[in-house]
Amino acid sequence: MLLPIFSFNKSQIIAFPLTGFSLQWFETLLYQDTLHEALKNSLIVAISSCTLATILGTLASRSATRYDFKGKQISLTFILAPLILPEIIVGVSLLIVLIQLGLSLNIWSVILGHTLLIMPFSIIIMNSAFNNLDVSLEEASMDLGENRFGTFYRVILPLVFPGIIASLLIGFTLSLDEFIIAFFLTGTDTTLPVYIWSQFRFPKKLPTTMALGTILIFVSLILLSISEYYRRRTYSKDFVLSTEKEPTKPIKINKD
Amino acid sequence: MKPENKKGWRLLSAPFIFSILLLAAPITMMFLLSFWTQDYLVLDRTFTLNNYIEAATQPVYQLLFTRSLLISLTATFFTVLLAFPMAYFISFHGGNRKALWLFLITIPFWTSYLIRMFLWKVILGYNGVLNSLLLWLEMITEPVTFLLYNANAVVIALTHGWAPFAILPIFVSLEKIDRSLLEASKDLGDNSVQQFFRVILPLSAPGVIGAALIIFIPTVGDYITPKLVGGTDGLMIANMIQVQFSKANNAPLAAALSMSSLMIVSFIAIVFVLFNRKYLRRY
Repeated sequence: MLLPIFSFNKSQIIAFPLTGFSLQWFETLLYQDTLHEALKNSLIVAISSCTLATILGTLASRSATRYDFKGKQISLTFILAPLILPEIIVGVSLLIVLIQLGLSLNIWSVILGHTLLIMPFSIIIMNSAFNNLDVSLEEASMDLGENRFGTFYRVILPLVFPGIIASLLIGFTLSLDEFIIAFFLTGTDTTLPVYIWSQFRFPKKLPTTMALGTILIFVSLILLSISEYYRRRTYSKDFVLSTEKEPTKPIKINKD
Repeated sequence: MKPENKKGWRLLSAPFIFSILLLAAPITMMFLLSFWTQDYLVLDRTFTLNNYIEAATQPVYQLLFTRSLLISLTATFFTVLLAFPMAYFISFHGGNRKALWLFLITIPFWTSYLIRMFLWKVILGYNGVLNSLLLWLEMITEPVTFLLYNANAVVIALTHGWAPFAILPIFVSLEKIDRSLLEASKDLGDNSVQQFFRVILPLSAPGVIGAALIIFIPTVGDYITPKLVGGTDGLMIANMIQVQFSKANNAPLAAALSMSSLMIVSFIAIVFVLFNRKYLRRY
């Protein structure tokens, strides 16, 4: 809440009382080349890692929801582990490997790290999309003469499409905001959060940083709202397609 | 192999291999590295436990480990304490707008953690929002300094930052409670308070435990918050790992510290889960 207030404030000092409305801090953002470079890197990282994570996540979740097989639970738990592992451990261990292998740190290392981190989120979203999918539709399509790929493209994909969009958007937002992995793995190609982190050291640049933060948060909010909209669509499909599979809702009672 | 096994694994193989390469392999590598030593740039690959001995005996590391655990446990406790009423409210009084409430409450979680933590610095600082507001209202005559750069500030910031993470699992477990059980307990003469402690709380325990673990494990290794608002009294183990890795150029020690914290956290988490399982069997 405070962030937008101070980013529009005239004074360089972040404190009450406010001194007046100003857009000057947003204006200074336009003239910072390092910022633009960081933004470009961040966008590349976010787009590549959310795409990669969604592809891998979709595969994993399709396998988990459709088939029952040995070792499924363990391997899935393992894939979901980055969800709760302290990020610093993921970051440090990846860094160690890259250094040991003598690879240079660049934008690719960040993309791979972020993919690892986003994949669990993607799996969770895609799980709910695939769970709402009725197997009989798939069978019907096969009976009507489609082959496996035809079924996938013309039946499954359109039905889980909202889930894919939601997963892409959430992945994009997460990657755009992620700091620790990027901080460890970025080398010279700084991403946006790493740039913001470096700006924290200069009190004079604080209002500009706040302005940047405001923009970033608004972008996140918009993306998340769209993603939420698509995620809901995967739920509502459920009611249209398979009423008998509708989850039993808790019985509503009066408050007393 | 059964055909279903084959199909399942064929789909799962790509993400699984990716995780092996980027998660299992690096952690194994880190584990190996923690038994080696580094002298400036030369890596000595003879097996030694020196790094672990140093991590266990040096007072500075002991201090950092205990402090990280304490801060993280306190933050977990307060987060769950704060999150429970919110989850309770959404689940029991959310009406038709539950999904919207959840979305609104989890929004902060998806926005930049870095910026949110930095805002605590702005709020609690010497020239910060809180101080200047109090000065302006003439409640204090000069800025108070006990707000920022200590362990408390880290706890406050962490509690705020992780609350959404706790609300979700608690909410899910509250949703799962069969509402007819509540009716039954009312019919059998429980008042609201009794009902809460004897029916709702025990039944939502899995969610509470899940929430506690989800917060405790990552916060022990949090780097940003202690660095921004912790000052020197609030630094945690992650900051030391980073320093050892970059400035001190002692990667093996950093690896040993990481492995130690991973093991301590896992140990506490397992004990916690076992303890609760034993306790919960009564219900």
